[in-house]
This record gives sequence, C-alpha cells and structure tokens, in this order.
Amino acid sequence: MVDPAKILSVEIYSDRIVTTLVMFSIFWAIVGMLAGVYVAAELVWPALNFDNPWISFGRLRTFHTNVVVFGFAVSALMGTAYYSVQRTCHVRLFAPNLAWFTCWAWQIAILLGGLSLLAGFNTSKEYAELEWPFDIAITIVWVCFGIVFFGTIAKRRIREIYISNWFYGALIIVIAMLHIVNNLALPVTLTKSYSLYAGAQDAIVQWWYGHNAVGFLLTGGFLGMMYYFLPKQAERPIWSYRLSIVAFWAFAYSYIWAGPHHLHFNAIPEWVQNLGVVMSLILLAPSWASMVNGIMTVSTAWEKLRTDPALKFIVLALAFYGLATFEGPMMAIKSVNVISHFTDWTIGHVHSGALGWNALITFGTFYFLVPRLVGAKLYSVRLANIHFWMALMGTILYVVAMWGAGVSQGVLWLSLDEIGELRYSFTDIMAAMNPYYLLRFVAGLIFLLGALLMGFNFSMTIIGRRTIAVRPPLVTEALA
Amino acid sequence: MNGLDLHHRLEKNIGLLIFGILFVTSIGGLVQVLPSLYQKSLITPGVNTHVYEPLQLVGRDIYIREGCNTCHSQQIRPLVAEVERYGSYSRADEFVYDRPFLWGSKRTGPDLHRIGGKYSDDWHRLHLINPRDVVPRSIMPSYPWLEKRQANNDDDIVAKLSGLQRLGHPYTQDDINNAPAALEGKSEMDALIAYLQVLGTAYPEGDLSWLIYYSQEICL
Repeated sequence: MVDPAKILSVEIYSDRIVTTLVMFSIFWAIVGMLAGVYVAAELVWPALNFDNPWISFGRLRTFHTNVVVFGFAVSALMGTAYYSVQRTCHVRLFAPNLAWFTCWAWQIAILLGGLSLLAGFNTSKEYAELEWPFDIAITIVWVCFGIVFFGTIAKRRIREIYISNWFYGALIIVIAMLHIVNNLALPVTLTKSYSLYAGAQDAIVQWWYGHNAVGFLLTGGFLGMMYYFLPKQAERPIWSYRLSIVAFWAFAYSYIWAGPHHLHFNAIPEWVQNLGVVMSLILLAPSWASMVNGIMTVSTAWEKLRTDPALKFIVLALAFYGLATFEGPMMAIKSVNVISHFTDWTIGHVHSGALGWNALITFGTFYFLVPRLVGAKLYSVRLANIHFWMALMGTILYVVAMWGAGVSQGVLWLSLDEIGELRYSFTDIMAAMNPYYLLRFVAGLIFLLGALLMGFNFSMTIIGRRTIAVRPPLVTEALA
Repeated sequence: MNGLDLHHRLEKNIGLLIFGILFVTSIGGLVQVLPSLYQKSLITPGVNTHVYEPLQLVGRDIYIREGCNTCHSQQIRPLVAEVERYGSYSRADEFVYDRPFLWGSKRTGPDLHRIGGKYSDDWHRLHLINPRDVVPRSIMPSYPWLEKRQANNDDDIVAKLSGLQRLGHPYTQDDINNAPAALEGKSEMDALIAYLQVLGTAYPEGDLSWLIYYSQEICL
C-alpha cells in the first residue's frame, strides 16, 4: 500500500489550466467567428445593421478582430505554451497560482474589452483598439505570463532549451515591447486617450506594432506551437534542429523591419517604405525555412495523414503558412502593393493566414491535446475528418472570393480611359463586389460550422471526465 | 570562443536567450522607427493646417467611436487615378494634429481625406441618417442615433482640449474655456459633419497659396 501523503507530494504537471485555456480558446473562436460571419453578412445586406450602434459594422468588425486574435489565438498560445514548456523542461509550471491568474484575468479582459469595443471605446489603432485601462490590464497579465513561462524554464531539469520555447519566448518579449510603445497615450477620461504620437509618426509606430503583432503573435507564437506539436503528432524528431535555430534568429531579426509596407505611397519618408520592401522580401527565407523544416519532419510519416485528422490539420496549416508568407512579401513590392493596398486582397491575405494557418494548426493541436488531457479517445474521428474538409473548403472559398474582389477593386479603381479620365465610379466598383461578398459570407459560415462541430466533438470527449495527472519523466544525468 | 560556442551557451542560459531576443528585435525599430520620431518635418504643420475646433474634435472622436476608419481611408496616394478621384495627394504636414492618425488600411467605401467642402451639410445629414436615400446601392450602415445625442453628452470637452494642449496643440486657455459654449445645442450629427467638412482643406483644390509659400521658403 502506497502512502497517500507520498502520492500528494509527487510533482505532477499543471494541466488543468491547459484544459481551461483550450476550452476558452474554442469559446472565443466561436464567438469571434460568429461576429466575423455577421459583419460579412452586413456587407451583403446592410439592413442587418438594424440601426443599432452595438452591432453596427464599424464596431462589430473591431470586436471580431480583437476577439479572434486576443481571445482565440492568445488563449490557444498561452495554453499550448504552458503545456509544452512543462514537457520540454520536465518540471511543473513555475508559480501555478500566478498561471491561474493569467488565465482568468486574460479571459475577463477579453470579455470586458470586447464589450467596451461594442460600446464604442476605441482608439482606432488596428489590433490596439482597446482603450488605456485595458492596455494597462493587458500589460500586467502579460508580464505575469512571462514570469510563469520563463520561471518554468529557469527551474528546468533538461539542460538545453528546446526550440519551441524560443518562439514562445520571443512572442512574450516582443509583444510586450510593441504593446507598451505603441499604446503610449495621454488619458483624458476613463474611456478616452490621445496617442502620444501624431499623424505620420503615429502611422509609422502603429504599423511597426501592427505588422509585428502579426509577426510575433500569429507567426512566431504559432511556429512555437508547430515546433512542439508537429514532431509529437508525427512521432518524428525535427528534421533539422540547426535549421530551426538559424530560422529563428533570421525571423526575429528581419520581421521587425517590414512594417512600413503597410504605408506604401503614404505620407511617410520614402526610405522607410523602401527599407520595408527589402526586409519584407528577405523575410521570405526564414519564413519558408520553418515551413520546409516542418514538412520534411513529416516526410517519413506521410501514411499517418490518411488516418490522423490532427496531423492533417497541422500539415495543411503549414501549406497555408507557406502560401501566406509568400504572398506577404509579394504584396510588399510597391508595384504589386499599388494594386492590392486598401482592397479586399489585404483581407484575403490576412485570412489565408488567420484561417489557413492559425486556426488550422490550432485545431490540429487541440485534436492532439484534448484526448490526452482527459485521458480518453476522441469522441468521433469521423466528425474531425468532416471538420477538416469544411475548414479547408471554407478557407479556400474565402481566399478566392477576396482575391477576386481585391484584384478587381485594385485594377478598376486605377483604370483610366483613352483621354485619361476615370473609367468607373467608386459606387459602380463597390456594387460589383456583391457576389464576392456573398461568397465570402458563405465561406465564413462553412468555416464556423466546422468549428462548431469541433466544439461538439470535444464536449462529448470531455464530458464527465477530468484532466488526468501526468508526472514528469525521470531525467538521466546526461541531460540534466 | 567562436560563434557556435556562444550559441551553445545561449541554448542553455535563459537570461542570455532573453537578452539575445531583445537585442535582435530592437535593431529594426531603432534604425527605422526612431529616426522618424525625431524628423521635424513630420510634425511641422503646413501653412493651412490648424488644430481642430471643439465641435470638429468631437466629430473626429465620434468618427473613431463608430469605427468609420475600418471602411474609409484618409490617405490619397500620389497616383494619377487617385488624385483624379479624390483630389490632391496627402501630405504629412496635414496630419500633425491627428491623434491618432486615421489613414486606414481598407477602402470598402471611398477615401475621405478631401471630402471637406465637396458635399453640403444637408447631403451629409441625409446620407448619415440613411445612406441609401442618396446613394441607392450603398452598403454603409445608417447612423440615426447621432441626431439624438448632444455633442457635449459626456461633458468631457475641457478635459480633451486640455489633454491635447499638454501634448503641444496650440489651444489657448480661452479656447478651452469657451469650448462647452461652442458645443451648446449641437448634436453629434452636427459635430461629425463639422469634422467631415474640414477634412483635407489644408490643401484646397485650385488654391496655390501653399505652393507660393513653399517656393518662397526655397528661395530664401
């Protein structure tokens, strides 16, 4: 008979917090995507605005982006970071209570922050729309996230720090830096502040932030996810560890410079724009290095793709990652940007990343995680396969619709007739977008329904079960 | 010690790794963003660039509140088609009193930088109450609630102007004291229209006084 006290003193991984974050992430995914589908419908049927300020397009669209990025994506990153950092360090989370604080405080911030956007408290700076009280709350939670994460690494029992932790670490450090600098503002009331920067300077700072929030959160953070969960699910080691390290440094160095490609031909210094072009093109190399590394890791395990929905999601996500990180540098070239800027092509590009890469790799990771967390088989592999095809179809239709709309807008807006007069009125071009917007709405709906299927599948898997206790393995002297 | 040895240490030392990440990610910002923050020409107002009057400022904050910038840019690129469609291209010195900037990233609707003076106040009023009354195929939401709310609803205009004054906008104490009176009896609709009507008027079409001003600058 084993002494119960002894069992209690045995160290186990903090996994209940991971389960909680995964569930919140799925909740925000469904809320955020629902808002996205609704704003897509508003562009087809403007009557859906119902003359109600709270669901009016301008406010609800901001709610959509914030809930998806900060609710869905950050909860997923936080949960998977907490899961993988324990397993790559062979220790329980540092300060588990602080970790629980980050989990709940973040969810409350997203809930209240989302409502505040619908109420019209909005700084207008993209992906940094939340007003100053939320900016401060986010900073505090983020610093605690960093303390838990780096604290866990500091007390690790494995000498080497695994590559996924570098990407998660860069996410925490760089987002903190960007968030603080970009949101510097003078509060005038509880719900209103004025940016410390004005005009062109504000634009440069904002897109340094905006581009790299995408870079270090939606690209880097999710690469951390890829570097841990892809080898796990494929049961193969990373193809080239050295390549992953080279890619990491090149990525961290060059991403920061690419922001000004959001301001081509705008009223900012030309050298800043041109430097943005060059660095955006250079960025293709480290972006693709990680894709190649991921694909090559699966290259001896292709047969698993036939039976394993989780791996299918992750590998498809890598393909979309490759597409989006190729498209980005192309759109940063000025002669392409002259067509694509201000059009729906941008929206298509964002979604080939957000749906195709971020959402798909998260879904795949969750299909890996949820059964393991509760120690049960997935309720239905068949439903997961159906979800896979819905997600793929939704993403492709979405991107194709936005390419069609974007390229049309870009070309028609600039179209001149023989005597140099504008060929089309703005309203004509806008009205011609209707079929594309309808297709986009349908695509988003398909994607959302797929996510709902996943939610149902996980509910049935989890119901009546608890997160199981997992002990860190014993470490041999050689590694410690 | 060669580079690989250094890297082997980095792989085992979390403090070094954090420092390394901070170091490589700071370079881009320091070289590319910081110089712009010290570039005087980006914060020097043009001859006709003025601070927003209280009613216009309230209108601008409503524009932000309703997220107008999600569908309308305020940035005309120096391209023939854009200048023909919207007017003279946008200059940095027109935006020095814009906190935050509202250049936007998407044109679901048309650019609004030079909208000032193009349509009458009445047109804007009808259009904002129901866009489809004046543009039948429009997909813009209606904003009927703007008429029902007072411009000084939140009684925060003094705090706003004082804040901007602290940030260097040339408001006088009189401007600030008289602001609540200037909003008296005005609706949010009036405020938003006042803002739209002043947009882009620093470089009025056909008025070349700014050009003469700058050529004198160059001659001197």
